[in-house]
Amino acid sequence: MGGIPLFPEAASAFAGRVDALYIFIVLVSAFFTVAVSVAVIWFAFRYRRRHAEEIGAHIEGSLPLELAWSIIPTIIAMVMFAWGATLYYEMRRPPAEALQVYAVGKQWMWKFQHPSGQREINELHVPLGRPVKVLVTSEDVLHDLYFPAFRTKIDAIPGRYQPLWFTATKPGRYHIFCAEYCGTKHSGMIGTVVVMEPQQYQDWLTGDLNEGTMAERGGRLFGDLACNTCHLDDGQGRGPSLKDIFARPVELTDGTSVLVDESYLRESILNSQSRVVKGFTPLMPTFQGLISEEGLAALIEHIKSLSPQATAPAPTPAAAPSTSTPAAPAQGAGR
Amino acid sequence: MDTPVYPAHNYLSNGHGLKSWLLTKDHKRIAMLYLISISIFFFLGGLFAVGIRLELTTPQGDLFQPDTYNKFFTLHGVMMVFFFLIPSVPAVIGNFFIPPMIGAKDLAFPRINLLSWYIYVVGGLFALFAIVAGGVDTGWTFYTPYSSVSSSTNVTATALGVFIAGFSSILTGLNFIVTIHRMRAPGLHWFKLPLFVWAHYATSLIQVLGTPVVAITIVMIFVERAFGFGIFDPQRGGDPVLMQHLFWFYSHPAVYIMILPAMGVISEIISTFSRKRIFGYSFVAFSSLAIAVFGFIVWAHHMFVAGISVYSAMVFSFLSFSVAIPSAVKVFNWAATLHRGSLSFEAPMLYVYGFFGLFLIGGLTGLFLATLGTDIHLHDTYFVVAHFHYIMVGGAIMGYLGGLHFWWPKMIGRMYSEFWSRISAILVFVGFNLTFFPQFMLGYMGMPRRYHMYPPEFQVLNVLSSAGASVLGLGYIIPVIYFLYSIKKGAVAGNNPWGASGLEWRTQSPPLTENFVDVPTDIPEAYEYTPQVVREAKLV
Amino acid sequence: MSNPIAHAAAGHGPAGHDFATADGHGHGHHPALQHHFSTMDQQREAGVLGMWVFLLTEVLFFGGLFLTYTIYRTWYYEAFAAASKSITISWGLINTAVLIGSSLTMALGVRAAQTNQRKATVNWLLATIFLGTLFLGIKVIEYADKFEHHHVPGPHFVFASEHEGAEGGAAEHAAPAAAEGGHVMTMGPDELQRTTQLFFSLYFTMTGLHALHMIVGIVILFIVAWMAHKGRFDSEYFAPVEMTGLYWHFVDIVWIFLFPLLYLVERHN
Repeated sequence: MGGIPLFPEAASAFAGRVDALYIFIVLVSAFFTVAVSVAVIWFAFRYRRRHAEEIGAHIEGSLPLELAWSIIPTIIAMVMFAWGATLYYEMRRPPAEALQVYAVGKQWMWKFQHPSGQREINELHVPLGRPVKVLVTSEDVLHDLYFPAFRTKIDAIPGRYQPLWFTATKPGRYHIFCAEYCGTKHSGMIGTVVVMEPQQYQDWLTGDLNEGTMAERGGRLFGDLACNTCHLDDGQGRGPSLKDIFARPVELTDGTSVLVDESYLRESILNSQSRVVKGFTPLMPTFQGLISEEGLAALIEHIKSLSPQATAPAPTPAAAPSTSTPAAPAQGAGR
Repeated sequence: MDTPVYPAHNYLSNGHGLKSWLLTKDHKRIAMLYLISISIFFFLGGLFAVGIRLELTTPQGDLFQPDTYNKFFTLHGVMMVFFFLIPSVPAVIGNFFIPPMIGAKDLAFPRINLLSWYIYVVGGLFALFAIVAGGVDTGWTFYTPYSSVSSSTNVTATALGVFIAGFSSILTGLNFIVTIHRMRAPGLHWFKLPLFVWAHYATSLIQVLGTPVVAITIVMIFVERAFGFGIFDPQRGGDPVLMQHLFWFYSHPAVYIMILPAMGVISEIISTFSRKRIFGYSFVAFSSLAIAVFGFIVWAHHMFVAGISVYSAMVFSFLSFSVAIPSAVKVFNWAATLHRGSLSFEAPMLYVYGFFGLFLIGGLTGLFLATLGTDIHLHDTYFVVAHFHYIMVGGAIMGYLGGLHFWWPKMIGRMYSEFWSRISAILVFVGFNLTFFPQFMLGYMGMPRRYHMYPPEFQVLNVLSSAGASVLGLGYIIPVIYFLYSIKKGAVAGNNPWGASGLEWRTQSPPLTENFVDVPTDIPEAYEYTPQVVREAKLV
Repeated sequence: MSNPIAHAAAGHGPAGHDFATADGHGHGHHPALQHHFSTMDQQREAGVLGMWVFLLTEVLFFGGLFLTYTIYRTWYYEAFAAASKSITISWGLINTAVLIGSSLTMALGVRAAQTNQRKATVNWLLATIFLGTLFLGIKVIEYADKFEHHHVPGPHFVFASEHEGAEGGAAEHAAPAAAEGGHVMTMGPDELQRTTQLFFSLYFTMTGLHALHMIVGIVILFIVAWMAHKGRFDSEYFAPVEMTGLYWHFVDIVWIFLFPLLYLVERHN
């Protein structure tokens, strides 16, 4: 089909079945489209007006024909209905043994929480071959959690939990979209679902997954936590550019300055409302509790890697402030 | 054949100056007022569409700010749905031609007809005010709680505009119902009525029964925003899904407000350009009523992923198929009408052929969305966008443009350029398919609607779609030029340039203010074509 | 909004080419006959049908509210019962009587117009206006009471306090549901504070829209009364009075539904 994609990746047990039903309806539709089109085009040639006073034949209609083209489409429609309804029934009935994950939509991110305590933003790790049930709700307005590769979605409605389930069948990284319009950054409310081999998933759960160097893992986290939407390299974002920032002093909103080192970076991520760089507003959400220690370390390593000249051991952290008591406890002011 | 003479006395010459138009009670002049005002909204809504398509040529969302883009698609929807499509065929063509088609001098309530235009204008001014004051970004669906608590844009003004314009629609529908019941010429019984009139009767039922429900829904959103009430507010136990039920109880049938009159137009044109009675007249007539009735019991298919129960989803899926059947019956009957006809292909007929292609695809893709198993995947994706554009633009606007081309000689008394009208009909058809067909593929690929940025793999199809939109835009602009040109310079049309059989073609073009010198009393069967009819039509 | 009477009101002289219908009494047109109708009968029937279609629209307009009310009342019955009890029933009763009375005067007005009694028509219409205004006055008293007790939904809404409300005579009408008749309240004060707002939101929206309809009705009544005074009506042409009557009765009927729904949720015990 040239470069034009027709089907999204099929990565769940439902995907093949939805595609099959889809193809069935495509064929039925194509048949009727072609049949009617060919008929009317044929008539256009066959019965074109030959002289100015010609008139059409006087035909009232035909009851058998009317019945035929009412009843046959009805039967075909009933097949579609039954097929679709059966599939839908299964898609809306999560099996009891399914792994359960909570999802919360808020403007404009997806927050996931695993029963074992892991929390993720805009990224969801699931094991291969095991039913996963996601209970979806919203903190503010309507959203819709959509996994195109799994062919399923459900609205996130404030005040209620809605279930969605799937069994992933193919390892890989697939889109998560918000499909219900939710305001300014609706199209930025996207993420990635990561389907992993069961063993890998266990490793991920226990946190000792080897996924490249720390800086590489940190780089992925940087994207997954959507840091890159504000911290743009050109300094035009809502947060300061992190390029070549490490091991340099920066001026803060209160006029003092601070040297950017590991502890300042850590403080900035976990307790983002305090000690903001001059010229920026404290918009950044706090990631306290949303990122593991390992992830934090990886993220810091990634930020360091953005300052190639400074990769030599950091200057004396003498000037580095001892984390002055987290005066502004995460109030979510800028969230 | 004698050359026809432009009649000296007609509804256009009966009074000059702004006052004679703004205070007119003549349904034909009111139709022209509507034509001008809805055209303004059409091109305004089209401008927003240009913005949308330009933005989507690249995945990064780098042309407009996200908020700007969100306002574009909201205003595009509001303008096109409430201020163009809903009034389009009924308020212009219906207003103009229902009275002459049934042998009446006017609608039953001429003052209310004028009032409904003023109400429409006031509603439109509210919407324009909302644009000037900074726009609105809720989407045309006004879903709560985004519209009631989250959005900081001009939701109140827009909602009031839609609310007010709704009463214009109600009054038009009321006027048509009473007119069709009480104003028919003696001897013109229901089964002699043109199918255009049947379609408008069905449409009017939806207008008077559905519109008040969306009106009260908007009132409830209004009191939330304006007074801090909490009817749909989940924080206070309210249910945003209830708002969707109420909204779609109107807004799904509203689709039939847009498409049914267009279907009526199609019946008239097909019969005229094949000089043949519509095949299965009564089936086509009753299928309009069936669509209007079934249209009211399918609304929740807009909510299959919005938290309705599995069983109600199944019921609504089942019922949604029921509305497909009468639509299919219409298409088959139209196609059968062409069989053994005497077909000619002036611009109106080209629009009908375009309608065939687009409405078929639009209707059939509805099956994907009525089927539960596929709707879950397709819901709120570009597939839905493509589907409803095929129905509303491919169906309703093709019908509307076809109707304008068909009756323009009667409305103005002069012909437009045959050559350019054929070119534009073809451009619209090609451009439309190029614009919207790729969106079906995008939808199945999973691209959600209302996205300002998108993953790069969707770019090829989006660029195709934007390219098609430029062709489509051209196809819409050309008619404006030749229609305007024809008003002064067009060849005189004569009473019945197409040799059509309807009563409206018996009077002069443009008609007298009273429509007929003597109201016709010898009412033939609908669509009766005899050699004599055609010969007379051509010669008068 | 508008209704056919506005249009049917002023007539044109017969103009244009009238065509005869089956029952055409072609001779001597009534001055109120408009040019596009053939006969007074046709004109009158069109008006009546138009009015009924309009009322159908109105039914669906209020229907959306009644549906919303029904759903929330099912979900939050206790909150609706408690909130309903905080409304003064006597004002509602008086208003019901006033409105039914106004329907009677309206019907008498139509009758008078039909029987060519000009003076009586005007008087009955004025009586209807008086009763309608009285209703609105009482409604104002009720609304003021709600404002005083912070029963208007929004940031200043307070409901729960009345149920704790031992202190002071402020809660004179509070008579908490929980304390009375051994009925056990399962809703906590926070939940009540939240969900009673749904009741009051609907209370104000429903009664507010009803009042708006009354105001429109009173304006129309003034116009019709003035027309009656000018002698525009006779036994052959009294459509404006009849239409106004239909509208007025409809507005009454809406109240007949609103009263029990809003005032009498749990008054039986």
